[in-house]
Amino acid sequence: MPTNALSIKNLKKTYRNGTVALRGVDLTVEEGDFFALLGPNGAGKSTTISIISSLTNKSSGSVQVFGHDIETDSTTARSMIGLVPQEFNFNVFEPVVEILINQAGYYGICRRVATQRAEKYLRKLGLWDKRFDMARELSGGMKRRLMIARALVHEPKLLILDEPTAGVDIEIRHSMWEFLREINASGTTIILTTHYLEEAESLCNNIAIIDKGITIEHTSMRKLLDRLHIETFVLYLENSIDELPVCADYSLRLIDNNTIEADVAHSQSLNEIFKIFTDCNINVVSMRNKTNRLEQLFVSMVRDGNANNYSRDEA
Amino acid sequence: MNFSEQLIAFNTIMVREFLRFIRIWVQTIIPPVITMALYFIIFGKLIGSQIGDIDGYRYMDYIVPGLILMAVITNSYANVVSSFFSAKFQKNIEEMIISPLPNYIILAGYISGGVARGVTVGITVTGVSMFFSDFQIHSLSITLAVFILTSILFSIAGLINAAYARSFDDITIIPTFVLTPLTYLGGIFYSIKMLPEFWQNISLGNPILYMINAFRYGLLGVSDIDVTSALVIIVVFIIILFAFALNLLNKGVGIKP
Repeated sequence: MPTNALSIKNLKKTYRNGTVALRGVDLTVEEGDFFALLGPNGAGKSTTISIISSLTNKSSGSVQVFGHDIETDSTTARSMIGLVPQEFNFNVFEPVVEILINQAGYYGICRRVATQRAEKYLRKLGLWDKRFDMARELSGGMKRRLMIARALVHEPKLLILDEPTAGVDIEIRHSMWEFLREINASGTTIILTTHYLEEAESLCNNIAIIDKGITIEHTSMRKLLDRLHIETFVLYLENSIDELPVCADYSLRLIDNNTIEADVAHSQSLNEIFKIFTDCNINVVSMRNKTNRLEQLFVSMVRDGNANNYSRDEA
Repeated sequence: MNFSEQLIAFNTIMVREFLRFIRIWVQTIIPPVITMALYFIIFGKLIGSQIGDIDGYRYMDYIVPGLILMAVITNSYANVVSSFFSAKFQKNIEEMIISPLPNYIILAGYISGGVARGVTVGITVTGVSMFFSDFQIHSLSITLAVFILTSILFSIAGLINAAYARSFDDITIIPTFVLTPLTYLGGIFYSIKMLPEFWQNISLGNPILYMINAFRYGLLGVSDIDVTSALVIIVVFIIILFAFALNLLNKGVGIKP
């Protein structure tokens, strides 16, 4: 039976000012997983992450990291976690390489090994040339990558990323995705929160959605996406048309003379549409999903979300 | 974390803190040296020459220990209060909180930084004082003991201040309204024997009086206070404040919501 990298049971948090951030979060992440933790702003994702990483005290409930309770066995639990927080939280007046070496030092890693690891991760994340620069001199994207390098320098078994690609341009975002896939493939369990649902869909195997401080969904990405019954495709045509072809089983819309939108149910096949188009001498040159599939589900679940919706599929 | 890992972690914080104040030496080392040089010139040379001897020492020689210790106190305190509060403000304190570092190592690390700055400034000011005074060290062991213990005590006090502070104003209130008056009234510029009995008794409630007198004994061999009692009082204060500061860190006061 695989070990759980993270096990959260009935986690609750009420802040001193009376704000209830978590009303009972349950979560299980298996070792080696690439896990998406999603939710709208203020849902409780960051509070959950802060509690896991000991930055915030919980009100009640239990959190275990690889079987180690964060309260009763906190030293072991903390040594296994690497955190990339949402906000920049390094000393901007320290050189980049020193930030990494110091972070390793806090985990009891000697300077020689820390220096080697700092070089390894700064090179992988394209920051080696900036190693002697003060952190404040880095661009936003570089600062994000610095935080990832810092979180990895003690080589944690569980890496938690709280919106790691926020404000990062698309090219760097994709290179970060590749890097994270590589880290995950090497055995590191990753928990990712993001507002880019394309990112979660592309990277993660399993998913939980938190809303208003409770878990409203906890399942595999595949099973979640299977719940989406209809997808809308945008088809781009080679030649202009004035009328839609007769296609009774499909809902088609003519957007302009060269663009058609088609609603396709899971029970239907795209081949049928292409066959009808071919019969009508309509050539499709390209196509795309109109909306991100996960985004469609996410919006509907959060809009309708409540504790009764919580269904959990054992993966 | 085993002992060796804890030692590495402690060393990391100590070196980081040392480099922090060395990197900005123009702000951390030079100003107290200039201030103390002005004290030596104005109070020691110009006004002091008009004042007679105290306890058999020229006024200039008499005030040197107190001024050196004042520099140690203010700089140990300032180092930790500003460093710890900046770490809170920039949130880089989180780097340590998420790590398996025990809180006593965090506390000891910050204290080491405060002591390093207190000692660095203290030695520099002592060097400057040589231009104005030709005192001989009466007891090196007592001098060093008070030097180190005082900087430890005020480093811890600085961390407690920073833990509670919510704004930069909060880290200047204690030094301005508590530390400076207590230091000035702690017998830097006078012997409490010169005060009426009532004020002598009031002065005995000022902990800084014991430190300054113990340090003066170490350098000059004269003191208004029994030196053993003074050392015991400093150590007791260190134990109490250390326990208090550790409790603050364990509870996450000012650092964990």
